[in-house]
Amino acid sequence: MEYLIGIQGPDFVLVAADNVAASSIIQMKHDYDKMFKLSEKILLLCVGEAGDTVQFAEYIQKNVQLYKMRNGYELSPAAAANFTRKNLADYLRSRTPYHVNLLLAGYDEADGPGLYYMDYLSALAKAPFAAHGYGAFLTLSILDRYYRPDLTREEAVDLLKKCLEELNKRFILNLPSFTVRLIDKDGIHDMEKLPVGSK
Amino acid sequence: MALQDVCGFLETLDDISPCTYLPNEMGYMWRTPFEFDRDSAFHFLFPPQQCSRKNRAPTLFSSTFSSLSPHQQPFQLSHGTTTLGFIFQDGVIAAADTRASCKGLICCPISQKIMPIHSHLVVNTSGSGADCMLWERILTREMRLYQLRHRKRLSINGAAKLLSTMLHPFKGTNVCVAATLCGWDGEETQDTLQSCMEIADVKEAVEQDSNVSAISDVSAQGGVKMASINEQDEISKDTQALNPTVSNQNTKNVLSTFGGRSGPRVCYVCSDGLQLKGEIISVGSGSPYAYAVLDDGWRWGMTVDEAVALAREAVFRATHWDAYSGNNVDLFHITAHGWRRRDREDLKEEYYREREREKKKIKEREKERQKREGDELVEGEGDIYSVHCG
Repeated sequence: MEYLIGIQGPDFVLVAADNVAASSIIQMKHDYDKMFKLSEKILLLCVGEAGDTVQFAEYIQKNVQLYKMRNGYELSPAAAANFTRKNLADYLRSRTPYHVNLLLAGYDEADGPGLYYMDYLSALAKAPFAAHGYGAFLTLSILDRYYRPDLTREEAVDLLKKCLEELNKRFILNLPSFTVRLIDKDGIHDMEKLPVGSK
Repeated sequence: MALQDVCGFLETLDDISPCTYLPNEMGYMWRTPFEFDRDSAFHFLFPPQQCSRKNRAPTLFSSTFSSLSPHQQPFQLSHGTTTLGFIFQDGVIAAADTRASCKGLICCPISQKIMPIHSHLVVNTSGSGADCMLWERILTREMRLYQLRHRKRLSINGAAKLLSTMLHPFKGTNVCVAATLCGWDGEETQDTLQSCMEIADVKEAVEQDSNVSAISDVSAQGGVKMASINEQDEISKDTQALNPTVSNQNTKNVLSTFGGRSGPRVCYVCSDGLQLKGEIISVGSGSPYAYAVLDDGWRWGMTVDEAVALAREAVFRATHWDAYSGNNVDLFHITAHGWRRRDREDLKEEYYREREREKKKIKEREKERQKREGDELVEGEGDIYSVHCG
């Protein structure tokens, strides 16, 4: 039902998420933001079960902020991803597991851009491109074909648009708009919301 | 407090044996909220701690299933009711039907689903009646405590967050609460106000309307003032003054003009954990029907009468199609001065009135058509055949 996608370039990460907040068959909100800002250069995209997403994502967000307050410097994306995974794993075999699927995207001064894929079983993988949701089945092969490690920003946005067009064509659900953000050495940039079908 | 004793929220539970964690046939584990840190006074406000003292061994099987909600149907629009809330330039409208149903029986045809929390906040409830009553009282208590401790009223978004956090430990149990918080945030400072003249005019008008304000403000600040924040009614009058100037703008502009600090708000909180802020929220089995009417007629610049009519119509249509909604419609209008309640209206009357209106319209259309054909005959353009067909 929900869709997340991330594409890593040589010096940036492009991420997009759909804007629908649904309750059973009703779209209750058309402009819902599924991205959580962990720090100046790290975004956490979170989908999954209704309450778990916000609870878990805010828990991680506040803890990352707390780390910064205590130690004076921010967690790197790799550290934040591993911290998130550890929390997911700890809760997994408790009586209250969090059923959430995540993408963590960040830019590190030393290591450059990073995109981390995490799922509700607390698997963690650093990947050049990733997607979550039913839409992922439709778009991963497009990403496979057209992705190159040296994409420019415009090419990455075009690739993203290709994916969203495919969703519009073949996905049974209507996902009218997507929030798009880009992370690079200057921080997180909001990009134009992509309505599906735009060229 | 009495409620606390009745519910046993702070009881130590050494004598109660721990629940068995045998999954039922769905692998669904029954959770109780009593497993957390019991020393803290607000233990139900914290996310659940890992239970390290009890060596549960939930398998992967049970952990994947325990996140299934109790409702297993493909799409069950549970909560047999229709409630709705929306914001517009002159406040918030909250409307609901009054039918309480239990499977196929109408338990109560005159229940009240919209409950005021304080002078500027009402909550539309749907879900299990007992749960809603309980959680509404808990929320009222917590908001009052916040107000006494911090000397300012908790915002609507804050209240939604608070309720959502309090409900989170009960996720996976059979607690079923879907609440829409409708209210007016009134925390605004002096320097966001614009015209003193407008304020003066509005103040005068409001002083004549003092009954409503009096009711609203007694339960509010209680005379406690903070140096930097104005008295509640001054703030509310000032926001009222701002309204005409912003009513022509785009919704998004308006909400940002308010700076997120003051203005009408609608927030949806569900025991699943879903928490949404929006402009139009409708909950319940009749909500699709209500959404259809609301989406069609809603504009930010509606007048109060238009908004009330829209809300009534939406509930009426929903009660017509939905078996679990019906009887009467309750309507509340919340402005900066507080909430005002419209008399409960029986929708049966409305249904018959609409039938009459339709009959009249059909007759009028018939008359017009005949007149038109009469004219055509006179002009000699139509032939006998077309008259018969018309």
